[in-house]
Amino acid sequence: MSIVNSFFSNTTTRRGVGAIVGFVIIWYFGAMVDDWTGYDVLGIGLVPPPGDVFTAFLGVIPKAGYWMSWVSSFSRVLTGFLVAMLIGIPFGLLLAVNRYFRGVFFPPFEILRPIPPLAWVPASLIFWPTNEMSIAFVTFLGAFFTIVINVLGGARSIDISYLRAAQSMGASQFDLFWKIILPGTLPSIFTGAAVGMGITWEVVLAAEMISGGGTQGGGGLGFFIWNSYMGGSLEQIVVGMISIGIAGYLCSSAIRKIGFYFMPWRRLF
Amino acid sequence: MAGKSHKKEQTGALSIKNVTKIYDPSGVNVKAVDDCSMEIAAGEVCMIVGPSGCGKTTLLNAIAGFHSITEGSIHLDGDLLCGPGKPKAEQSAERMVVFQHGALFPWKTLQENVAYGPTVQSAMSAGEAMEKAGQMLAEAGLGQFIKKYPGEVSSGMARRAEIVRALINDPKVLLLDEPYRAMDALTKQIMHESLLETYDRTGVTIFFITHDLEEAIFLGDKVHVVTTRPCQLKKTVEVRIPRPRSFETQSSEEFRTLLEEVNEAVHEEAVKAFQAGEREMA
Ligand SMILES: Nc1ncnc2c1ncn2[C@@H]1O[C@H](COP(=O)(O)OP(=O)(O)O)[C@@H](O)[C@H]1O
Ligand SMILES: [Mg+2]
Repeated sequence: MSIVNSFFSNTTTRRGVGAIVGFVIIWYFGAMVDDWTGYDVLGIGLVPPPGDVFTAFLGVIPKAGYWMSWVSSFSRVLTGFLVAMLIGIPFGLLLAVNRYFRGVFFPPFEILRPIPPLAWVPASLIFWPTNEMSIAFVTFLGAFFTIVINVLGGARSIDISYLRAAQSMGASQFDLFWKIILPGTLPSIFTGAAVGMGITWEVVLAAEMISGGGTQGGGGLGFFIWNSYMGGSLEQIVVGMISIGIAGYLCSSAIRKIGFYFMPWRRLF
Repeated sequence: MAGKSHKKEQTGALSIKNVTKIYDPSGVNVKAVDDCSMEIAAGEVCMIVGPSGCGKTTLLNAIAGFHSITEGSIHLDGDLLCGPGKPKAEQSAERMVVFQHGALFPWKTLQENVAYGPTVQSAMSAGEAMEKAGQMLAEAGLGQFIKKYPGEVSSGMARRAEIVRALINDPKVLLLDEPYRAMDALTKQIMHESLLETYDRTGVTIFFITHDLEEAIFLGDKVHVVTTRPCQLKKTVEVRIPRPRSFETQSSEEFRTLLEEVNEAVHEEAVKAFQAGEREMA
């Protein structure tokens, strides 16, 4: 009871819930307008009304296949994302602090970076033995470049006064790296993570649609949508889209939560 | 002089001899400091006043060891910091800087910031350092704020905490680069009183850059007016107003006379700097 109370006493939450309800109402009127007037407003009339989508949602909830789609998309996103973080953060930091490393690795990095992740799909389908590995690779790339460029930018723009102050107080190179450069870069790391997470979802979805649920590497929410499209179920397409919206929201809230945990000084902003 | 019975009367004498600093001699070749000499006695509050972009920060950075000098030498208590054969001084906790734009680490609380020096120097255990830091912050009137992050406190408090962070390292010289620049007059007044109180307690040598002339006279034992770029010593004004000084000092006849004297010297240089279109880099 008190949870419900405190939930609705929070202005931000109330506003958010209100906005979503408002959106559903507009959606409802938009979807119904052709039924009522006979005129279709810019194709909006083809959109299934929220009630039908809700019914379709209830229909898929008990089905294991729907939840398997969640699991496979999530595991792809998380694998690509985590590997990108694991390699991207040290790589970006090394680029920032070591002149020689930067001299060698930055130029090829800058040439590869502008290539959109999806342009890698055909080549990686050929290079990697399984579709699953190709998807993982492309997903990784999508997040990797963004994370590296954010980490590099963040580490390079640390106020030089922090480094000077620390050095005057007797900090060693080791202290400088772990106690100044790393915490000073954290905000950029989390910005990179948030943007990179968005890109991984895009890439995973697109890859799932492209690979089209063949014998391997199929499934996932992308394929769920594609399958609904092939089956002509407009309601299920929207169910898939909303699922992805929710999944993305869960991921970005998780990143925000983790960010607050690691950067308590940022809670003030 | 009244009230001067400090423990460190004997240390912190800076001797700046014929220092020249040219940035990037083979490229843009900016001569920021030219044959500049000054003597700063141990335990003295030495105020540097001069127009923007004249090379004050450059001189301070050379003392702190942030960059090299091109010619001349700087000694601290007779020991060579930098000079012939050793263009750049080592950075050391004996010369602590309080930065123009503030440099408390945003990711550490005030207490953690202050404890940082003794901790990295392994001069104290982490626990002892935190305890000492808490104590020193409380002495500086920041007792309630030790657990706050720099972003949570006013700029005045942050600056005070930064001075405490410098002092916990027991420096011989405190180098301050326009620390109260962006503050309103009332906050400044409070900052001045607190700095003077700290000075009366520690007797640390203070090298203080400002372009606020009243600040210079109120705080200083000597006011060194420097020329527009390249920086040279133009005039030294001695302030013989006894310590401890208080707010009322500023309305005294003596204070006003000194202010005029300094103002005249600075004004000449400010006009030159303005005509040269000098802008300041930080
Ligand atoms: N790294 C640098 N390279 C070239 N010129 C510089 C550099 N740093 C400062 N300067 C120049 O040196 C002069 C003195 O700068 P600075 O010491 O910051 O002045 P002040 O602190 O007196 O305002 C300025 O003209 C500035 O443009
Ligand atoms: Mg300056």
